[in-house]
Amino acid sequence: MGSLAEERALGYGGLVSDLREVYESGRTKDLEWRQSQLRGLLRLLREKEEEIFDVLCEDLGKHRGESFRDEVGSLAKSVEDKLQNFKKWAAPEKASSLLRLIDSDCSQPVYLAATPLVAFPATAFVMPEPLGVVLIFSCWNLPIGLTLEPLSGALAAGNAVVVKPSELAPSTAAFLAANLPKYLDSKAVKVVEGGPDVGEKLMEHRWDKVLFTGSSRVGRLIMTKAAKHLTPVALELGSKCPCIVDWLDSNRDSQVAVNRIIAAKWGTCAGQACIAIDYVLVEEEFAPILIELFKSTLKRFFTKPEFMARILNKKHFQRLNDLLDDPKVASTVVHGGYFNAKTLSIEPTILLNPPLDSDIMTEEIFGPLLPIITVKKIEDSIKFLKSRPKPLAIYGFTRNEKLKRRIIEETSSGSVTFNDAIVQYGMDSIPFGGVGASGFGQYHGKYSFEMFSHKKAVLKRSFLIEFMFRYPPWDDSKIGLLRHAFRYDYISLFLALLGLRR
Amino acid sequence: LTATAMAAAVAEQLRESFATGRTRPAAWREAQLRGLLRMATEMEAEICDALREDLAKPVTESYVHEISLVKSSCKFALKNLKKWMKPKKVPAGVLTFPSTARIAAEPLGVVLVISAWNYPFLLSMDPVVGAIAAGNAVVLKPSEVAPATSSLLAELLPRFVDSSCIKVVEGGVSETSELLEQKWDKIFYTGNGKVGRVVLSLAAKHLTPVALELGGKCPVVVDSNVDLHVAAKRIAAGKWGCNNGQACVSPDFIITTKSLAPKLLETLEKVLQKFYGYDPLQSPDLSRIVNSNHFKRLRSLMDEEKVKDKIVFGGQSDEMQLKITPTLLMDVPLDSAIMKEEIFGPLLPIITVDKIHESFALINSMTKPLAAYLFTKDSKLKYQFENGISAGATIINDTSIHLTNPHLPFGGVGESGMGAYHGTFSFDAFSHKKAILARFFIGEVKARYPPYTPAKLSIVKGVLKGNLASMIQAILGFPRGGA
Repeated sequence: MGSLAEERALGYGGLVSDLREVYESGRTKDLEWRQSQLRGLLRLLREKEEEIFDVLCEDLGKHRGESFRDEVGSLAKSVEDKLQNFKKWAAPEKASSLLRLIDSDCSQPVYLAATPLVAFPATAFVMPEPLGVVLIFSCWNLPIGLTLEPLSGALAAGNAVVVKPSELAPSTAAFLAANLPKYLDSKAVKVVEGGPDVGEKLMEHRWDKVLFTGSSRVGRLIMTKAAKHLTPVALELGSKCPCIVDWLDSNRDSQVAVNRIIAAKWGTCAGQACIAIDYVLVEEEFAPILIELFKSTLKRFFTKPEFMARILNKKHFQRLNDLLDDPKVASTVVHGGYFNAKTLSIEPTILLNPPLDSDIMTEEIFGPLLPIITVKKIEDSIKFLKSRPKPLAIYGFTRNEKLKRRIIEETSSGSVTFNDAIVQYGMDSIPFGGVGASGFGQYHGKYSFEMFSHKKAVLKRSFLIEFMFRYPPWDDSKIGLLRHAFRYDYISLFLALLGLRR
Repeated sequence: LTATAMAAAVAEQLRESFATGRTRPAAWREAQLRGLLRMATEMEAEICDALREDLAKPVTESYVHEISLVKSSCKFALKNLKKWMKPKKVPAGVLTFPSTARIAAEPLGVVLVISAWNYPFLLSMDPVVGAIAAGNAVVLKPSEVAPATSSLLAELLPRFVDSSCIKVVEGGVSETSELLEQKWDKIFYTGNGKVGRVVLSLAAKHLTPVALELGGKCPVVVDSNVDLHVAAKRIAAGKWGCNNGQACVSPDFIITTKSLAPKLLETLEKVLQKFYGYDPLQSPDLSRIVNSNHFKRLRSLMDEEKVKDKIVFGGQSDEMQLKITPTLLMDVPLDSAIMKEEIFGPLLPIITVDKIHESFALINSMTKPLAAYLFTKDSKLKYQFENGISAGATIINDTSIHLTNPHLPFGGVGESGMGAYHGTFSFDAFSHKKAILARFFIGEVKARYPPYTPAKLSIVKGVLKGNLASMIQAILGFPRGGA
């Protein structure tokens, strides 16, 4: 292939075929290679930490406290987890060879092989293999995390990878383009910078998997293009993540809840995150108490403007501004509402019961505006959620076990977190991903490995034992034997076989 | 009612039924699975009749490959359902201490299953079993190319299962297209790559996740030093014993060495004569070709100029009966149509190479198949095959049999499809695995919140690095004083 600039003009065909060649050579499958890549990522995060803080501050005005917590620190931990476990994940797994079946005809349980007798004996196992050459589209709000977490999974699984960071976070994109080739195998891992046109060109090609994080609109385009090549995709899309706040008796509990909600809204990229709390549902009697607590805590937390990220760009700033255009919405603002177009910052803003059909309540907010919707009884919030698209996360602050159970059983979302928010993102033991309108495909931890793997079924037989009733020509006696075999009725089968030659 | 209106009505009804929650309790799911089990048992004769009408399928194949596999699926699901439905506890880790974490399966909602014509009973019921076990409402669209089975299913299902939540919609291309225009929570399609692409692009409009069970050219590599007689029988069982080669996992073509080819050919011929007699057109144990389109397609594969003189066995056909006999071809050119598309019929080309290892390059030059088979006693070759050939599945010393094992995921990769099912994988295919994290109000970590200070950052760093001292400080609410 030519230089990346040439490749762009030529549609990236050279890039893709080069990567295919590298993959076919077997280089990325090698366990040592995978280990070296994961180690390279860890070194990158350690050695370039300051630079990462700088670019995140440039692109989003993120404070280093937030950047470390949400991107660098949790990422390093998760790459470490992959380093420790990828060999185990990559090893073939025996498909259980014994199956205990209680046949409705038998009074006794019968132990037998999982494959019916015609395939006995056989060893069966599942062997993970890399999918091949994969493409990762990242998003602008967590530009390091949303690129490197899936990248670490794809590498742990043995793939060759192309990463396309979002052009809306240009400093980070440039940082990745400059540094990934230094710390990783630049023949097998490529960074392609650019905007939607580059994304389109890349999608003209066949990939073995594509992960896209972003809006539903672009998600549809990606999936439609992928369909032409039967490219499997995973989509991490946006949604309105609701937070149900139950009546909390103790002041301490209320304060803790407010702390955590604030962190999950304004402390996470100023609310510009797919798992940020979008709006709150609370009983009407509790709402005033909550609002007062928000006001006082916000004042204590955000003593300096630098502690909250800014809005990405003018376009999003305008979009958020427009949400308050409608006088019916603007009149419901109970706190904040100051927009600074010069610095692209919006102060933490709370609204009480804006109209449910307004844009702010129908579109994903992705910003520092928090609507509070009141209900008569907190249980009504469940019905409220059921009639709306499935979000990436549902949050609930409550001590009521029955309410928790109802939330789990009667709503659907990518995940449910009680009494905290956002923290589920940093965990390696649970899958992260959406359902319904919030997308499909899961990753993080072992799931990142699996997202970029094919679980190949492997069956091995010997020539030794043959059951003649498997083969034509068919007659009643053979059919009878087969029935015994498929009913796992081995005693009858054995007796019948005694009378027959092989 | 127009096709559009009908499709919309079906989707609407199922959405309403699902919203009532009736498909969620284990009792409902078990009742449906038992209903399907009874259907497969009580209606065995009718099912065999329909399969004979659609495909001239021998009763043994109908029983062994379709009915008994459906029954096993039902039994396996019944046995494991409660276990699958139970949330799984997972370690929550120190970072969110104290907390509990678990993963719970929930139904996706209302799903669409589009079946195929070659195993019209199995490929309709097997995914439906998974969808029901996972608690979904489901629409089944059986293949119109197997009309007797399609109408049998439309008639039987309402008698044996809850038709408010499990529906059959019959029809052809236009009815299927109308169904695909609706919004589903998952689409499960079995068929070919061309239609698979259409399904995927229509699903994209609604961001619907899709499973595609497609085909490919399943190669069989035959090494020397094997028990040729057993190998030949197993190849024949997987080829002509599976719907006369019209199966997604049928051996498509053989690769063997030039030195072994004559003996292999001779053994295959002997086995074929033993299985199907000297006039296979008369054998009741061979399925016919499904329709005249496919018959003509297969004939043209055989009649291609550079191929027709490579036929070394068989090659007879009867257009009236839509029958084609087991046919072996030797060393057809690799650029012939028979070597470029999935054969899906009783023609078996044998390609010879000098050394058996050359077979790998040939297989890897084609798109990834649903299954790849190797007959060998050489453990090094087995290892190289398993590690060097990517396919939905790789089988050593047999063909097709892997789909009877409910512990193995059955599905393709690349052109042969995406997603897998059978056993637990069927349940998973129609479920959303929801992560549930429960934290408590104790253990407030002040270091998380602004105003951010270097002291707070150093605690957070320590916690994320697994430093015990930092974690203790964090839980105890350090740094003290201030906000």
